[in-house]
Amino acid sequence: MSSSRSSSAPVEGTLRPADHADSAAPEPGDDRITQPQLGVIGWIRWGWRQLTSMRTALVLLLLLAVAAVPGSIVPQRSADPNGVSQYRVDNPDLFPVLDSLQLFDVYTSAWFSAIYILLFISLIGCVIPRTKHHWKALRARPPRTPARLSRLDDHVETVVALGEGEDAGVAAAAAIDLAQVQLRKAGYRVERYDGRGAVSVSAERGYLRETGNLVFHASLVGVLLAVGIGGGLTYTGQTVIVEGDSFANSLGLGYTSFNPGRFVDTEALSPYALTLDSFDVTYTPVGEAGQGQAGSFAANLTVREPGQEARAGVVRVNHPLEIGGDRVYLMGNGYAPTVTVRDPDGNVVFREDVEFLPSDTTMTSQGVIKVTDGLSDQLGLVGFFYPTAADLPSGALTSVFPDLMNPVMTLRVYAGDLGIDDGTPRNVYALDPTGMTQIAGPDAESPSLELEPGQTVDLPNGMGTITFEDATESGADEVVKRYVSLSVHRDVGAPWVLTFAVLALGGLLAALFVPRRRLWVKAVPVDDNAAGGAGGRAGALRIEYAGLARGEDPAIAVAVADLARDHGAAMGRNAATGQNATTGQNATNTTKVD
Amino acid sequence: MLDTGMDLDDISRLLVWTAVAIYALAFIAYAIDLGRRSDLAVQGKDAAVKREAVAVGVSAGAASAGHATPVGGIDEVRAQEAAAQADLEAPLGARKRYLWARIGTSLTWLGFLFHVGGDVLRGIAAGRVPWSNMYEFALTGTMLIVAVYLVVLFRYDLRFLGTFITGLVVVLLGGTVIWFYTAVLPLADPLKSVWLVIHVFVASLSTALFALAFALSVLQLMQSRREHFAIAAVGAGAAGSGAGSERRGLRFLRTLPSADVLESLAYRFTIIGFIFWTFTLIAGSIWANDAWGRYWGFDTKEVWTFVIWVLYAGYIHARATRGWRGTRSAWLSIVGFAAVMFNFTIVNMFFKGLHVYSGLE
Repeated sequence: MSSSRSSSAPVEGTLRPADHADSAAPEPGDDRITQPQLGVIGWIRWGWRQLTSMRTALVLLLLLAVAAVPGSIVPQRSADPNGVSQYRVDNPDLFPVLDSLQLFDVYTSAWFSAIYILLFISLIGCVIPRTKHHWKALRARPPRTPARLSRLDDHVETVVALGEGEDAGVAAAAAIDLAQVQLRKAGYRVERYDGRGAVSVSAERGYLRETGNLVFHASLVGVLLAVGIGGGLTYTGQTVIVEGDSFANSLGLGYTSFNPGRFVDTEALSPYALTLDSFDVTYTPVGEAGQGQAGSFAANLTVREPGQEARAGVVRVNHPLEIGGDRVYLMGNGYAPTVTVRDPDGNVVFREDVEFLPSDTTMTSQGVIKVTDGLSDQLGLVGFFYPTAADLPSGALTSVFPDLMNPVMTLRVYAGDLGIDDGTPRNVYALDPTGMTQIAGPDAESPSLELEPGQTVDLPNGMGTITFEDATESGADEVVKRYVSLSVHRDVGAPWVLTFAVLALGGLLAALFVPRRRLWVKAVPVDDNAAGGAGGRAGALRIEYAGLARGEDPAIAVAVADLARDHGAAMGRNAATGQNATTGQNATNTTKVD
Repeated sequence: MLDTGMDLDDISRLLVWTAVAIYALAFIAYAIDLGRRSDLAVQGKDAAVKREAVAVGVSAGAASAGHATPVGGIDEVRAQEAAAQADLEAPLGARKRYLWARIGTSLTWLGFLFHVGGDVLRGIAAGRVPWSNMYEFALTGTMLIVAVYLVVLFRYDLRFLGTFITGLVVVLLGGTVIWFYTAVLPLADPLKSVWLVIHVFVASLSTALFALAFALSVLQLMQSRREHFAIAAVGAGAAGSGAGSERRGLRFLRTLPSADVLESLAYRFTIIGFIFWTFTLIAGSIWANDAWGRYWGFDTKEVWTFVIWVLYAGYIHARATRGWRGTRSAWLSIVGFAAVMFNFTIVNMFFKGLHVYSGLE
């Protein structure tokens, strides 16, 4: 790179983009020289250099930050699909415009992807040559000692008087030997450069800084790849289990919804089955702060895997259950009243645990019952369940506490065609009353049906009876059964993402906090006149200490001063002349010596 | 226990209010200090000029006369800055004895003790770590801002940041107690995790470091502007016009080190904060994977944590990019901290998402 331009500075030890602040500044007029005569290859090279420059990386980083923001303002299909539907209802005119800009899928949009893909190309284009260069640097010896150490910013000089009859050359070599040992002990890589008239040691440390930098950036690529590839091998599925019921991990049998990644073999899911034995929850009692707040959720499961004995497993919030490489999460819970419908002759035409969806924190819940066969008409029932029912002033019911203190179910009844015979897919949790007649409820002659557990009432028009079963009679713990909604995940990428993320953090620590620096110690014999020495025939040694920071290094001056102090002390000679020398421009550094 | 009719949480609030009041006094003391230290600087300069005049008089025509600099020019600015840098890095015992700054720091310590007391009592009253809703998070977060500031004071004489730190804390903490106060409630299930202790604490720690870096970056910009005018004055030629540059910028800037020094200090705080923020991201992802079944889902809070991370990554890059070091990177640090504050206030209160633990109605 541009290292050749800096004549006096030592050879670059780190290959950086040309516009890195620590690279040598381009000489004025440089651009003019390279601009003409760009062939196709030249343009490609130019483009590549632009893309991998620091400035481009920086602009892309800032663009990435800005581009991520809309996704927090506009609801996203991935995180909040209901919010998107609501947005469409609320802003019918704006919605298509935003949708065409992919603002509801920001993080998979073409423009967001373009930014991060360019950023990563830029990153890779920067990291690969730097890795090669660093690999070489790791095996290279510290560079030759600069001819004039005094030109470096961090520089300390001492003059040591020699004893009577002492050979200056031998003393110089001994002093540098000592410095070499000290530097090596301090973790520096050292190299001797002994030449005419001067003996010196060149030392470098902090290769870990660049290693960390490269590890950090490479790990980011690793994170991206793990997310991308892992996503293709990941699946998530949702299921609902009522107390006493079971779930089989098979696409056809168990799931209410299933989202496989591109490479998932849906025929080869881990074969296991789960039974919900019971669901525990505690509610903050009435009269305490946070009354009615639910907590300590626990789904007590029996896990059956082929060739193994059944075992107990518990799913809690923050504590998913691991089974055969899958993780099972507790996503929600609710009540599933057991309802029986009989025809006028008393034959059971419907008997199910109906899952009611809670709509508030007091577990007022809504559910739908569809009786397709066995009665004179198809019946659709829209039910409300109040675990602790109380009358509102309006006469309507409400739930005042989420636990089963006074459970009541009310039902509106519709008769007619449920519209499920023609094969149209219908949501089991919703009833479309089109083409049906309300025969019990606010719009009908009969009021809504109201039942407590164990109670049976007649359906209107003598169609039969409906019973809200007391679940304890069939062995359940409570009068109304509970259900849990579970989410089953397999994410083979996640451990890799974590590994790379931790590597990135480690790399970052090294890249930001390990100082990379070079130190030199040079001993030059000087004749007694120049040294102003201790008189007689004795000569003197001028010992120079200098340092060069490679990148951010707030402690470089201190490091040079410490080196001078420790080396001087080890030589035991500093009393002769002290450490007061050096010239004007370095005065601020020398002041730190003492 | 005394029968005061107060429970621990009431006492905690009382302590916090006391802390706010003391911080407000500290703010005033620090503000007076900034006002006065510029006067001190001027007096100091006059004294130095007198000394020099005496020296020149004695050694009539000695080489030292060559040291004379145009009054108010860039050389003088640099000299002031070099002296200020020495003050900044001076060990505890050798610091300038600015009276009002010492009062400010003493008051800050006192307020901090009340603050810690209030925070700890809240934790005891709730029976858990005191950072599990917005009120508590703000309580602990501001406490950490002050703590980091006070700890850093042992190493660097950053008392010129006192006004900013105490002012920020008075506004945040006062606003918190007025608007965010929530009674102690049982912890929601998803928050019952060791990650609540780690993830949230480290996040507030990095916020504290970013706050210091922000203040330094602001001062860096102001100082850089002052240096710029001083250089321009020299460029304009006349030494006399240098006096005009003295009036550019706030006078207390004369007692602050150079923009470069402020920048490198801001950078050092930022990189520590950035490490903590990276850790916050990773820890949060691990927690999200346990609680929500995915480690990353572009939830609004996740988005903003990511945006902040990218902004500070940009700042660190900018510091290493030619043409971006200095003023431009300082702006990135300011934008980064603005995003941190936005994330804490606006995102918590108004953005929909899974991080719905503010406890606010």
